[in-house]
Amino acid sequence: MSTLAFRMRARRRGGTTRPAWRQPLAVAGGVIAIAWLVVAIFAPFIAPHDPLAQTFTPAQSPSGAHLFGTDELGRDVLSRVIYGARVSVPIALLLVSLAALIGGLVGGLAGYFRGIVDGISMRTVDLVFAFPPIILAMVVAAVLGRGLRNAALAIVVVAWPSYARVVRGLVLSVGDTEYVESARLLGASARRTLFRDVLPNVAGPVFVLATLDLANAILLLSGLSFLGLGAQPPQAEWGSMVANGAQYFQWWWMGTFPGLAIFTAVLAFNFLGDSLRDFFDPQTSWGGDER
Amino acid sequence: MASDNVPLNGEGPALELRDVEVVYERRGRERVRAVAGASLTVERGQIVGLVGESGCGKSSLARASVGLVPAAGGSVLFESREVTPLTRRARPRELARLQMVFQNPYSSLNPRRRIGSQLADALDVLDLAAPRERRARVEELLDLVGLPASAAARYPHQFSGGQRQRIAVARALAADPSVLVLDEPLASLDASAQAQVANLLVDLSRRLSLSLLLISHDLAIVRHVADVVSVMYLGVMVETGPARSLWSLPLHPYTEALIGAVPHPDGSGFLPEALPGEVPDPAHPPAACRFHPRCPYAFDRCSKETPVTLAIESERTVACWLQAGGSPPARPGERPQPLPLLHAEE
Repeated sequence: MSTLAFRMRARRRGGTTRPAWRQPLAVAGGVIAIAWLVVAIFAPFIAPHDPLAQTFTPAQSPSGAHLFGTDELGRDVLSRVIYGARVSVPIALLLVSLAALIGGLVGGLAGYFRGIVDGISMRTVDLVFAFPPIILAMVVAAVLGRGLRNAALAIVVVAWPSYARVVRGLVLSVGDTEYVESARLLGASARRTLFRDVLPNVAGPVFVLATLDLANAILLLSGLSFLGLGAQPPQAEWGSMVANGAQYFQWWWMGTFPGLAIFTAVLAFNFLGDSLRDFFDPQTSWGGDER
Repeated sequence: MASDNVPLNGEGPALELRDVEVVYERRGRERVRAVAGASLTVERGQIVGLVGESGCGKSSLARASVGLVPAAGGSVLFESREVTPLTRRARPRELARLQMVFQNPYSSLNPRRRIGSQLADALDVLDLAAPRERRARVEELLDLVGLPASAAARYPHQFSGGQRQRIAVARALAADPSVLVLDEPLASLDASAQAQVANLLVDLSRRLSLSLLLISHDLAIVRHVADVVSVMYLGVMVETGPARSLWSLPLHPYTEALIGAVPHPDGSGFLPEALPGEVPDPAHPPAACRFHPRCPYAFDRCSKETPVTLAIESERTVACWLQAGGSPPARPGERPQPLPLLHAEE
């Protein structure tokens, strides 16, 4: 985060943009995202009931006793939404990290070695990009078998190419800068400049992309669960709760509250990612080809 | 400025470029011969200026002279050693004493690393200072370029363009170089920073007996700084000579035009004399003498035969048919007998 702090100072000096904390979207995104993280971590302490206990009268509308009502099996919807954060948020974080790692490695190798390595890895990336992500994720999840872990792996399969492309482009462009050439002339090997000069300059944009991608990952994960390919009953998961709620449309609270949870989490990470992007580089626009 | 042209220890010149060619080839595009056989010698301790319009191949020549781009032909010798192009491996240690400073001080410093860390890099890689002494050496380098020791702890964005360029010079000096190739080091600076950096370079060259190859499109600055000036046009050298005599008696029509294009602050002297036409596309250079389509004195030989490089007096060379034929050297515009014109004035 030290580079972030340094950029903040730089931006303030330049006076072109207001500092990050004065941008309402960044604040809103940050607050909601942190709130969901806290909810995920402290779910057992926050949730009023056991998310799996079928001990209440089924299908109660929201009331003082059950703020979000109860579902068709008599489970407390609020507790299930709170426990749902324990599934979506950490898995999204994990799979985005994994995708960034794999994509970063592929892109880094492509940008460093160029030539045939670059050609092969970028054509592979093109191949993955040729499919709509949700369709490809469904196919992969279906082939691997139902379950949360396989759904997460399926999302990694569709998510890594963005990182490969971004990292490759940045390694190529930073690798051709004059400060890298200067370091090379001073006797540094290409590998040394890669770690000392190139990768630190790649990290910022990748961090931004990962933040934006968290929103995608949560959405995709919920989507797969909605379709029955992700979390399996009776686990409390937002996507499958929405799917369940859709079957009992007269009990609107069953689907609405987990849906709102997805909505706020996705929106929060999008706000956060967008603000981080403006913050790292106002000129950067990623052409929309990554997602 | 004062310098001796005699090699210090008989090892040949500090930097010698012999018929260097730089060719850019890309799939689906025509190959461009950005440098088409250029020769240049930098003696030890000497400041050589290389001037020419933008797009004439100066920067390509600079990059080839340190090995950033491979020379497609000819050879580059640094203290009689072949300069090999960069690969992924570390550059040969012997070449570390040949360094380069880039044009844009905003892109030649890593924005995310402290100045001290960037200066210490060379000391680390080349093992020029023990880890404990690095700090002191970094401060010494900063002092050499007139910056306080506190600069080491700061980031590039905290400095002005002129200061950054001095930091870039300090970084090159960290390798303890004997030759610095400077690619338009003054072009992106404002006038006062230009003067500062130019004075610093002359001063460093004297104090550290450093040879400089100073590339610039600004003949007025080069004239004040350089001992010897080479003029480049479209990938070839057209004229080389000591700065003073080249300025007072340009032998090539292109040099004459360049000097004529320097504005005079006092309003005296000759008016800027613009060259007719544009620099031709280096992918399709004119046949024979590359300057003949823009030359006011061109005659039929100029479009048929490539001019040979003639040695004029002791230290000057020129590649122009006007100066062939044994008559004493003269300004192209003051040749005694009128020559048949190939192109009438427009």
